[in-house]
Amino acid sequence: MLDPMYGNDYGPTDVAAPESHKDRLPRRDEPLNAADAAALDGYFDELIDADQRIEPRDAMPEAYRQTLIRMMAQHAHSEIIGMQPEGNWISRAPSLRRKAILMAKVQDEAGHGLYLYSAAETLGVSRDELLDRLHTGRQKYSSIFNYPTLTWADVGAIGWLVDGAAIMNQVPLCRCSYGPYARAMIRVCKEESFHQRQGFEILWTLARGTDAQKEMAQDAANRWWWPALMMFGPPDSGELAQQGHTAQSMAWGIKRFSNDELRQKFVDMTVPQAERIGLTLPDPDLRWNDERGHYDFGAIDWDEFWRVLKGDGPCNAQRLEHRVSAHEEGAWVREAATAYARKQAERTRAGAA
Amino acid sequence: MSASAPESDAWPLWEVFVRAKRGLSHTHVGSLHAPDAALALHNARDLYTRRQEGVSIWVVPASAITASSPEERDAFFDPAADKVYRHPTFYEVPEDVEYL
Amino acid sequence: MSEAHAPLVAALADDALIYAQRLGEWISRAPQIEEDMALGNIGLDLLGRARSLYGLLGSLDGTGRGEDDYAYWRDEREFRHVHLVEQPRHDFGLEIVRLLLVASLDVERYAALASSADVELAGVASKAVTESRYHRDHARLWTLRLGDGTSESHDRMVSALERVAPYVDELFEDTAVEVAAADAGVGVLPSTLKSAVMRFVEDVLAEATLDGVPSSRWRSRGGREGLHSEACGYLLAEMQHLARSHPGATW
Repeated sequence: MLDPMYGNDYGPTDVAAPESHKDRLPRRDEPLNAADAAALDGYFDELIDADQRIEPRDAMPEAYRQTLIRMMAQHAHSEIIGMQPEGNWISRAPSLRRKAILMAKVQDEAGHGLYLYSAAETLGVSRDELLDRLHTGRQKYSSIFNYPTLTWADVGAIGWLVDGAAIMNQVPLCRCSYGPYARAMIRVCKEESFHQRQGFEILWTLARGTDAQKEMAQDAANRWWWPALMMFGPPDSGELAQQGHTAQSMAWGIKRFSNDELRQKFVDMTVPQAERIGLTLPDPDLRWNDERGHYDFGAIDWDEFWRVLKGDGPCNAQRLEHRVSAHEEGAWVREAATAYARKQAERTRAGAA
Repeated sequence: MSASAPESDAWPLWEVFVRAKRGLSHTHVGSLHAPDAALALHNARDLYTRRQEGVSIWVVPASAITASSPEERDAFFDPAADKVYRHPTFYEVPEDVEYL
Repeated sequence: MSEAHAPLVAALADDALIYAQRLGEWISRAPQIEEDMALGNIGLDLLGRARSLYGLLGSLDGTGRGEDDYAYWRDEREFRHVHLVEQPRHDFGLEIVRLLLVASLDVERYAALASSADVELAGVASKAVTESRYHRDHARLWTLRLGDGTSESHDRMVSALERVAPYVDELFEDTAVEVAAADAGVGVLPSTLKSAVMRFVEDVLAEATLDGVPSSRWRSRGGREGLHSEACGYLLAEMQHLARSHPGATW
């Protein structure tokens, strides 16, 4: 299940058959949503063939619907969990300007999560249900966020490398065949471009600073480079290709490029930027290949990838616990607001009667 | 008032419409959750107008929207397809007549 | 040459910065993701306000210092904020009560400062009034929902009011800082704002089925003179340690 999302570093997750019927439970407040179970009449295929957008109430294959729910949900979860590693430095940002930028950026991530949950809800699954799947480990988030942010330079590296890789994944999603997802991604991509630039600027500044700052920047690049490459997911083309959904997702117009194509584009884009900053990247095999017209790079440690994905990463438990405790500690607030709304409605009714 | 009187504990869904600037109509931008209309407006402001995207916001309980059904799309929209005489380009007029 | 109202500007800036620091702690921890956004926005407004005020301060106090000099390179005794804003983050109820108080005070004091003889300060103040009206409204909406929500939320609000009670009087104390500024025609005496601020707060609390702010045997004092509570040291240690570990560095 290696679909294009925040990154493609999710691995096999989500929901066996018994879960999927839950998506279909009718909800009280979803007149715009509710994918109808009506028989497909060929209209879906016509729209896809014509590169038209599918909209929420169109009849669609159940597998398409499930794939999109999973993709959008895991993308949303990534934004929400992704608030933590950077949020970790809001209180310690080394200048007020950086503090303001970082607060705005982490807040944007919350916003992006909400745009994506909103898009997912058009398919008739509630945000509460999706959050529950996140909180119980049934749906994953981008595995990159299972790495810790140990120094200020990590905030720069996340902006430059992680957001850079995310944008590489996300720009093609602006043309995704599912309308609400594509529209959410257009919004996200517009806002993300500042994220990548501020990350670059942090590292650029550090690389021109004191020896300790330079060292901090290099250390961050060393730790984040390989995980950033893993964000594109395991090989899905060529001889290393693993079983995945890439072919089906491409046919449905959800995915536009293979993981490997996107990874190569990212490397080609990033290596010259690293040179400009004055950072080396921790790969002795990294060199320009004139014949291919691309950078060659060394073998990715997919064992590490799978290990972190399956829970053996430095921050997996911490990230989930942080998220779950915020949700649980907020329960009384959400209940109070619901109770108040109910009382107000009763008062209005009583007043009208 | 049904959206203001949730029966479950989940906050209801609100659709958000933003007027980007004076002279334009409100456009649907997405949805959000809020327990009631007042907080829905606050949430919409923080979520959808962080970058000066709007000068006015509507929030509408999603449950209050009635939508045309995709199954009826032919009945609803095809009959308009053959009424070409509704468009100005249907009519032939001499080229040298102005303001027409 | 330091202007008489430089300490007032420092006090306003420090109130804004320290509260922004506390609000920033909510990001990724709010009861609903929409509220992460809301508290983040309020924090950003306050942080922006602090930066504007530090910008004025460098010329007012004659030192030419920049915003980061004030935020990162002063010690605890040099900070002029009230105790309320430095108190550790507790639950959402406490945060809403604290926000209601701070925003209500800010609406009144910046409205007064908008006609200050210092036109630059007046400019910052006019912007601040607009922002704080929104903050106050947000706090009001939540106070109503929590006070008049469930019995648990009501109880939590009662206990939040008990917790903030000792810190309220300090908000309206006329210290040397405010007196000097008011004498110079650029400031406003906090004592003159008390009735308007507390009327708003008490009205909201009453509508939320809550009794007012209870009286407290002990009350905080000394923030404006740089005497803080123990929480301040930890807050500054966290906020300043990175900048101070790299003297002279640019970020």
